Amino acid sequence: MTQDKSFISKEQVLHVAALAKLNLSDQEVTKFTAQLSDILGYANELSELELKDVSPTAHPIELENVFRDDTVLKSIDNSKVIQNAPESLNNQFKVPPILDD
Amino acid sequence: MDKFFESAYSIAQQIKDNSITSKEVVSKYFDNIESKNSELNAFLITDKQAAIRQAEIVDQKIQAGQQVGTLAGLPVAIKDNICTDDFTTTCASKILRDWKPPYNATVIQKLISQDAIILGKTNLDEFAMGSSTEHSAFGPTKNPVDPSRVPGGSSGGSACAVKADMASVALGSDTGGSIRQPAAFCGIVGMKPTYGLVSRYGLIAFASSLDQIGPFGKTVKDCALVLNAISGHDPYDSTSLNIESYDYLQYVDRDLKGIRIGLIEEFDEVLDVGLRENLESATNLFKQNGAEIVKVSLPYVKYALSTYYLIAPAEASSNLARFDGVRYGLRVDGDNVEEMMINTRTQGFGQEVKRRIMLGTYALSSGYYDAYYKTAQKLRTALISDFKKVYDQVDVIICPTTPTGAFEFGAKLDDPLQMYMSDIFTIPSNLAGHPAISVPFGTDSNGMPLGIQILADGLNDSKVIHVGSALETLRGEG
Repeated sequence: MTQDKSFISKEQVLHVAALAKLNLSDQEVTKFTAQLSDILGYANELSELELKDVSPTAHPIELENVFRDDTVLKSIDNSKVIQNAPESLNNQFKVPPILDD
Repeated sequence: MDKFFESAYSIAQQIKDNSITSKEVVSKYFDNIESKNSELNAFLITDKQAAIRQAEIVDQKIQAGQQVGTLAGLPVAIKDNICTDDFTTTCASKILRDWKPPYNATVIQKLISQDAIILGKTNLDEFAMGSSTEHSAFGPTKNPVDPSRVPGGSSGGSACAVKADMASVALGSDTGGSIRQPAAFCGIVGMKPTYGLVSRYGLIAFASSLDQIGPFGKTVKDCALVLNAISGHDPYDSTSLNIESYDYLQYVDRDLKGIRIGLIEEFDEVLDVGLRENLESATNLFKQNGAEIVKVSLPYVKYALSTYYLIAPAEASSNLARFDGVRYGLRVDGDNVEEMMINTRTQGFGQEVKRRIMLGTYALSSGYYDAYYKTAQKLRTALISDFKKVYDQVDVIICPTTPTGAFEFGAKLDDPLQMYMSDIFTIPSNLAGHPAISVPFGTDSNGMPLGIQILADGLNDSKVIHVGSALETLRGEG
């Protein structure tokens, strides 16, 4: 399905990829621009609706804060968690430098 | 039928009566896994030795006359986006290829506490995003009814395992139809419970306001048996409902007197001839057996697909931000933290996941939030109020589970919008948080199974089981 009108530009696709921390190849940029435009074009049917007085639903059940008693419970063993880390040092996650010297 | 591959309910009875042992049962299922899985690719990982060991423990308990759980000795398969500390949990993604969770999901604890035997983890579309299992990083699962066709998705591995007698029941997750659609494609029963009825603790989040864990079985009764075991409040999931527990098994095998069944007017125009005839024959069976059929209208239901494909990717883009190469999963090095994160995500995620992250990030981005995400949330309110009015008039709604039977591999792979259309009848229940079940009924022109879907208002899971079980009986194979 191709729309006459493009609902997202290549520049916007690149911008969104940067926000989402993804690197796209030129081929991917072209493909995603067309596919996302298709999907957004389809979803554009929502813009024809009059929903001014409708309040948004973020969640199917009405949520309130759920508190528990402030008591110490058993947690997962730290070393078991660290086992999954790509790199660790002294039982902590190790990452490349965040700040310059 | 071989006694080992009857309904899970009946196998559980036989194990409890000590007329067969769990070890025999589990071995039989592993025979099938060994002969079929290399072709069908339902399981990503299994552990025969551990399963046999567990089965022996259950058998010993039974022989010693000890009390055992409701699922004692039953071989169960688990979708690989549900955390298990005995098995890797990959979400069928390269980014989690070797990840071994440090804990069990609540549903896993509950299965284990009922003495179920966990055989292994099943294939899915990466991070449960897809309708065919073709988006798995570890190759597609095949449909056991016709291996040239997809099993549906995203829980295609679980549906395939149950259909091909590689598991007696299975767990899947359903965000937009990911249990019901593959159940329909493979010719088994699949149920999405009310949102909040089953704990999501340990289910790797795709779209948190829509995700729900549910059962696959050969019969509605098998699904009720599993739902009894996995439902209930969980302090580890703040969205888990704190309500009285039900025995869903007591809603099986009831008559239909006084039951009001709704048919959605708006779906009439989208059904092709085959689907319409199939729905009509189900409707006639219900009518002949005492149910009242009522035409109902859900004016906003035709916007459900658009709504879903803005909300689900938006939530996904936020949920999947955690995969950054820091704490778990894949890390691809870079000169600094940001480059490391970009390289990790770029190499770790597949095409469909990237597409949805992009779509969601766009729908949430500055300048588009109101037009897309907020409008979709408003539509969600409008749809829920549509449903509210309808459930004043009827107990349940029936409609097809899917717009077609199982399609061939590659048929929709290059056209994501067409793939998304597979979910057109299943999505509304997720947006509303309502229960729904798919029961096998009829076939398409290729001889592939079709499903009839039964929808009910929130917390009326017993009604979808009641009417689903009745349909199964009336169909004549129950």
